[in-house]
Amino acid sequence: MKTLITSIRILLFFTVLTGVVYPLLVTVIVQLAFKDKANGSLIIKDNKVIGSELIGQQFDSTIYFSSRPSAISYNPLPSGASNYGPTNLKLINAFNERKTDFIRVNRLNSRSEIPSEMLLASASGLDPHISPKAAFLQVNRIAIARHFNSIQRSMLNETIEKLTEKPQFLIFGEERINVLNLNIVLDKLSFSDHSKY
Amino acid sequence: MTTFDYFQIILFFTALTALTPLLGNFMYKVFTGQKHFMLPVFGWLEKLTYGASGIDPRKETDWRSYTFNLLIFNLSGLVFLFLIQVFQGYLPLNPANLPNVSWHSAFNTAVSFMTNTNWQGYAGETTLSYFVQMIGLTVQNFVSAATGLAVILALIRGLSNKSSEKLGNFWVDLTRSTLYVLLPLSILLSVTLVGQGVVQNFKSYDTVQTLEGQEQILPMGPAASQIAIKQLGTNGGGFFNTNSAHPFENPTPFSNFLEMLAILLIPSAFTFTYGKMVGSVRQGWTIFSAMLILLLTGLSISLYAEYSANPLFGNLPLMEGKETRFGITNSVLWATSTSAASNGSVNAMHDSLSPLAGMVAMINIMLGEIIFGGVGAGLYGMIIFVIITVFIAGLMVGRTPEYLGKKIQAFEVQMAMIAILLPNLVILVFSAIASVSSAGLSGLNNYGPHGLSEILYAYSSAAGNNGSAFAGLNANTVFYNLTLGIGMLIGRFGVIIPVLAIAGSLGNKNVTPDSTGTFRTDNWLFIGLLISVILIVGGLTHFPALSLGPIVEHILMNQHSTF
Repeated sequence: MKTLITSIRILLFFTVLTGVVYPLLVTVIVQLAFKDKANGSLIIKDNKVIGSELIGQQFDSTIYFSSRPSAISYNPLPSGASNYGPTNLKLINAFNERKTDFIRVNRLNSRSEIPSEMLLASASGLDPHISPKAAFLQVNRIAIARHFNSIQRSMLNETIEKLTEKPQFLIFGEERINVLNLNIVLDKLSFSDHSKY
Repeated sequence: MTTFDYFQIILFFTALTALTPLLGNFMYKVFTGQKHFMLPVFGWLEKLTYGASGIDPRKETDWRSYTFNLLIFNLSGLVFLFLIQVFQGYLPLNPANLPNVSWHSAFNTAVSFMTNTNWQGYAGETTLSYFVQMIGLTVQNFVSAATGLAVILALIRGLSNKSSEKLGNFWVDLTRSTLYVLLPLSILLSVTLVGQGVVQNFKSYDTVQTLEGQEQILPMGPAASQIAIKQLGTNGGGFFNTNSAHPFENPTPFSNFLEMLAILLIPSAFTFTYGKMVGSVRQGWTIFSAMLILLLTGLSISLYAEYSANPLFGNLPLMEGKETRFGITNSVLWATSTSAASNGSVNAMHDSLSPLAGMVAMINIMLGEIIFGGVGAGLYGMIIFVIITVFIAGLMVGRTPEYLGKKIQAFEVQMAMIAILLPNLVILVFSAIASVSSAGLSGLNNYGPHGLSEILYAYSSAAGNNGSAFAGLNANTVFYNLTLGIGMLIGRFGVIIPVLAIAGSLGNKNVTPDSTGTFRTDNWLFIGLLISVILIVGGLTHFPALSLGPIVEHILMNQHSTF
C-alpha cells in the first residue's frame, strides 16, 4: 500500500514536470526563437494562408508541376502510405500506370528514364519535394500549357536551378526541389492571372 | 551508392562513437552520485521530487522490493494512461474534438507506452487529443525509458557488489535518469528540431486553401517536445501517423541526422557508463564493439538489398514509402538503427522495404533488441547473452564460469534462459495463431509471403518492445490490440523480472580475484564468441519462419512473381 501511494505521488509529480512544464517550457522558448517554424512554416499569399512549406499539395492541373504520388491524395488527416510490399501486384500496376501517364502528359519519349519518386508514393503521403530531374522533365508540358515564349521557358529552367536545394550543409540528405515553392514562382513568372488558362 | 552516401554513414558512426565516452562519463557521474554540471541546474528538482513523493533517497532495497516498486509504479502509469484515453472526450486541450478511445485500443496504447514499446494501432492526429499526448504519452516516454535505466543500474550493482543484497533505490534511479539525463537532452533536442521546422504549438488545426483551390487541413500540436523524448528514450511513438516520415516531425535532412543519432545515443553511451561502473572501461568497449559489428553487418545487407535492382520495377530505386529529402541511404540507415535500438520510430515505411532489408529489421528485433537496444534494456538484454556465452565457454574449458569475478551458476543460467525464451515464445506462438485465424488474416494489406512477414513483424515488434511495424497490417482490432498488448507485457516484464533476479543473486556472491585461468571477457575472442552465441540462438529460433516470409519473397521477386 505504501508503495502504491509513493508510485502515485511520483507519477503525479513527473506528470506535472514532464507532461506539463516541459512541453510548455519548450513551447515558450521556440515561440520566441522560431515563431514561424514552430507554427508550421505557413506560406501567406494575398493575406491568405495557402499552405505550409513543409507539407506537399496535390497538383492535378497541367499548368503546375506535379508532386509525387500520394496514398492519401495529400489530405493530412491522417498522414499515410500505401504500405504495399515489393511484390504487391497493386503496386506494380500503379507503377506502370503512372509511368504511362507521366510519359503521355509530359510528351516524353517512351523510353525516357523517369525518376522513381514520380512513380512511387511517399512515406508520409505529404512529401513536399521531387528531384530536380523530375522537375525538368515537366518543363516542356508546362510551357506549352501556359503558352510560354522562349524567354519565359529559359527563365523557368533557371528557376528550377535556383530553387534546387543542395544536400543540407553540403553533407546531409538528397538534392531536391520544393514543388509548392516552385509553383508559386511559376505563377509569378506567367506575368498574368492564370485563370485564363 | 555514391561516395557521398558512404560519407554520410561514416559521419553518423563517427559522431555516435565520439559522443559515447562523453555522455557515458556524464551518466557515470550521475548514477554514482558524484558532482556533475547538471547538479546546480536541476539538483533542487531532485530534492523536490523526493519531498513531494515522500521518498527517502538513502534507503536501499534488495531485489524483491526493487522489483515490486518498479512493477507497482509501472502499473499505476498503465491504469492512468488507460483512463485518460477512454475519457478523452470529457478532458481539456482537445481542439479537434476527438472522441473517447475504444477500450481495446486504449489498453493496447497504454501497455505500449508503459513498456517503452510505443507500438501504435491508432493515428495520432485523428485519435488523440493534445491532453493525452502530453499528460499521458510524453510522461510515459520519459518514465519508461527511466525504468529501463533503473533495471540496468540494479544489474550493475549486482555485478559489482561484494556479498550484499542491496541493489539501490528504484525511486532514486528513476528520478536521476529522468532529471539529469532524459530531460536536459530532450529540451536541447526539441528546441533544435523546431529550428529545423518541427511544429510546437497549441493551435487548432489550420485549414488552408491550396494553390489549386482545394481545402487542406494541417494538423498542429506540441510535437517537438514529444518527438525529442521519443527518439532519445528509444520509445518511437510518433506524434503523427507516419511518425518521422511526416514533414512536421522530421522536416530536413539535418533534423533526420539528429533524430537518428538520438535513437542510438543513450544506449551506446551507456556501454561506456557500464564499463566505468564495473571498474573496467574495456568491458564497456567490448560490448560496444559487439553491438556495432552486428549493427554494421545488418546495415550492409540492407543497403545491398535496397541498392540491388528489383526487376519488377524496371530496376529503378524503390522509392515507395520513402521521402525524397532522405533518399535510400538515410531511410535504410534509419530502418536499421531504429530496429536495432528498440526505438521503432520510422522515416520510411518498412512494409515497402525490399524483402531482405525488411528481414534485417526483423532480425534486429528478434535477436532480443540487444544491438544497442532500448535505453537500459538493450544492455541488460546483452548481459543475458554474455552470461550464456560465459556459461558455454566455461563448459568448453571445464571451469566454473565467471563474469567480472562473479560465479555464474545454475540459477543465473536458468533466469537468463527464461529471459531469452519468453519473448521468442510470444513471437512464434502468436504469429502462428494469427496466421491461421480469420481475425489475424483479415488485417493483412499484402498477400503471399509478404503477408506472413507483416504478422511476424508485428509480434516481433511487440515482444521486442520495438514498436515499428509493417504498417499495412490493420492492427487496430480487438484481436490484434489484445494479443499485441499481452505480447508487449511479456516481452517487457518477462525479461525485467529474471534480470533483477539475476542481479539479486549475483549481488549476494563474493568477488573471486582474477587468476591466470580466468576466461577473459574483454578481448576479440570474447566478442567473436558473444556474436556467435547471439546469432546461433536467434538463427535457430527464427530461421524457419523467416525462410517462409522475407527469404522466399526475395527469391520469388527475382523470378518476377507477384501477389
